[in-house]
Amino acid sequence: MTLATVKKRSTKPASKAGGPGRAVDHGAWFLVLPALIPILVLSVGPLLYGIALAFTDSQAGRTEPTQWIGTLNFQDLLNDTLFWDSFRIGLLWAVGVTVPQFLLALGLALLLNEELRLRWLARALAIIPWAMPEVVVGIMWRLVYNPDAGILNETIRDLGLGDGRDWLSGLATALPAVIVVGVWAGMPQTTVALLAGLQNTPRELHEAAEMDGAGAWRRFRTVTWPALKPVALAITALNFIWNFNSFALVYVLTNGGPGGRTRLPMLFAYEEAFRYGQFGYAAAMGCVMVAVISVLLAFHLVARLRGDEDA
Amino acid sequence: MRTRRRTRAGQYAALLAYLVFLAFPFLWLVSTAFKPPRELGSLHPTWIPRNPTLDNFRQAFDEQPLLDAALNSLVAALGAAVIAVLIATPMAYVMARHRTRLAKAATGWVVVSQAFPFVLVIIPLFLVLKNLRLINSVPGLVMVYVVWALPFALWMLVGYVRAVPAEMEEAAAVDGAGKVRTLVSITAPLLAPGIVATALFAFISAWNEFFFALVLLKTPEKQTLPVVLTHFLGAEGVADLGPLAAAAFLATLPSLLVFALIQKRITGGMLAGAVKS
Repeated sequence: MTLATVKKRSTKPASKAGGPGRAVDHGAWFLVLPALIPILVLSVGPLLYGIALAFTDSQAGRTEPTQWIGTLNFQDLLNDTLFWDSFRIGLLWAVGVTVPQFLLALGLALLLNEELRLRWLARALAIIPWAMPEVVVGIMWRLVYNPDAGILNETIRDLGLGDGRDWLSGLATALPAVIVVGVWAGMPQTTVALLAGLQNTPRELHEAAEMDGAGAWRRFRTVTWPALKPVALAITALNFIWNFNSFALVYVLTNGGPGGRTRLPMLFAYEEAFRYGQFGYAAAMGCVMVAVISVLLAFHLVARLRGDEDA
Repeated sequence: MRTRRRTRAGQYAALLAYLVFLAFPFLWLVSTAFKPPRELGSLHPTWIPRNPTLDNFRQAFDEQPLLDAALNSLVAALGAAVIAVLIATPMAYVMARHRTRLAKAATGWVVVSQAFPFVLVIIPLFLVLKNLRLINSVPGLVMVYVVWALPFALWMLVGYVRAVPAEMEEAAAVDGAGKVRTLVSITAPLLAPGIVATALFAFISAWNEFFFALVLLKTPEKQTLPVVLTHFLGAEGVADLGPLAAAAFLATLPSLLVFALIQKRITGGMLAGAVKS
């Protein structure tokens, strides 16, 4: 009996079992369940429950039962200028971090792809922002930005550029100041991804282009960039989403201040849910965030598919 | 030749600028952690403490329950890493080897789960865990961390499984080894380094996580390190800089050490997962 099953299996090696769209065999179900159950119970379930909550008046610590209120939360949200302010700030922040982060990381990746002497040091240092807890990154930059005891203002004073300022409390400087931290924190990951993309481009193509007399810019445009494009698109899309949804960094740096100038949507929703107990309303905010991000993601996927066709 | 040399000089200048940008905040954190109060209060702060001291570290432990917090972090991170890898590895194997509908759905879930704003998941989880009396408990947090770690654990592991040639499994099968035996004696040993790297990455992610811990853990003795660190900031953001820096520096050391060990494997695994699926 066992021998028969073994024989039957052996004619059908694991890699070829089940073509596209075919049902899973029994062995596979057994392997999948331990992860599938927690995913369904603790991730997919809560997500659906969360979407449902957006259509209720659910509140913390209320004794009357929660009721369906249809789209009332969304109607309120449409008129909530504070939410749309935070939404706008979230978009500004996400673009403000993602774009410079990409450009700097691209520059660094191109540098690290060359035979330079201090390459190892750059790689070693890149671990710091990557491995640090976001809370510590926030604390660290608060020490840098500290108006009196911080190194930034001291450097400005040393260079004779004035007295410096309280960067994180200034209405005009707070958002740019937290954006710098966001760029710093995410740069290494982006660099490593781009570096891997660069190392996939064949060297011979570069050499051939150089022999043909193509300058550095032209070589980048005709050889490097086409090969790098898929990785670049994927990483910028992910960075944008992660940045738009980020929380800890800004919570520690400014907690949304001054005057809401750095209040990202996640900070707003967190306060609404866990400070004011408005679960239903905060869930509606989450839904709007998902909806907008999905649309952006769809655009990105379309662009990516088109890019693949070109290739 | 001359332009070549000029290009090189420019490249080194750019690299130096990057190195400074990457290093200076961290050096400042370390410097602040070792400064006595008088130097911290000085209007002209210096890079290198004139009278370095360990008082900030002592004071940090006096002010906040750092040891308890570190222990909570350790339990949460270790629990999450071990459980996540144990349940993710078999599923990743199926996703990598079988092109089934389920494998496709799982891959889709991995991608989509990256786009959730956590607030949409945490509110219902908060309500459910509250009903189960698992709010303010480290085991409750472990449950959340396991599911939160699963997408990238699957992502990395699928890459590692694909790196093990299916032909080796087929050869073992032809030699008469059963499926389980093939998995245990051929696939598992080759996969082991990748599994360890994934577990360590899940460990660091949980060790560093803040949002779920902030929402789910209420009392100081149950909180993890990142949450306890924010207590140093005090009300209105007035902070005792020395102990704050000292505690923050300590909280980072484990992640830095572990990450330095596995950094190469992580990037390899994540990219393998990303490029091939």
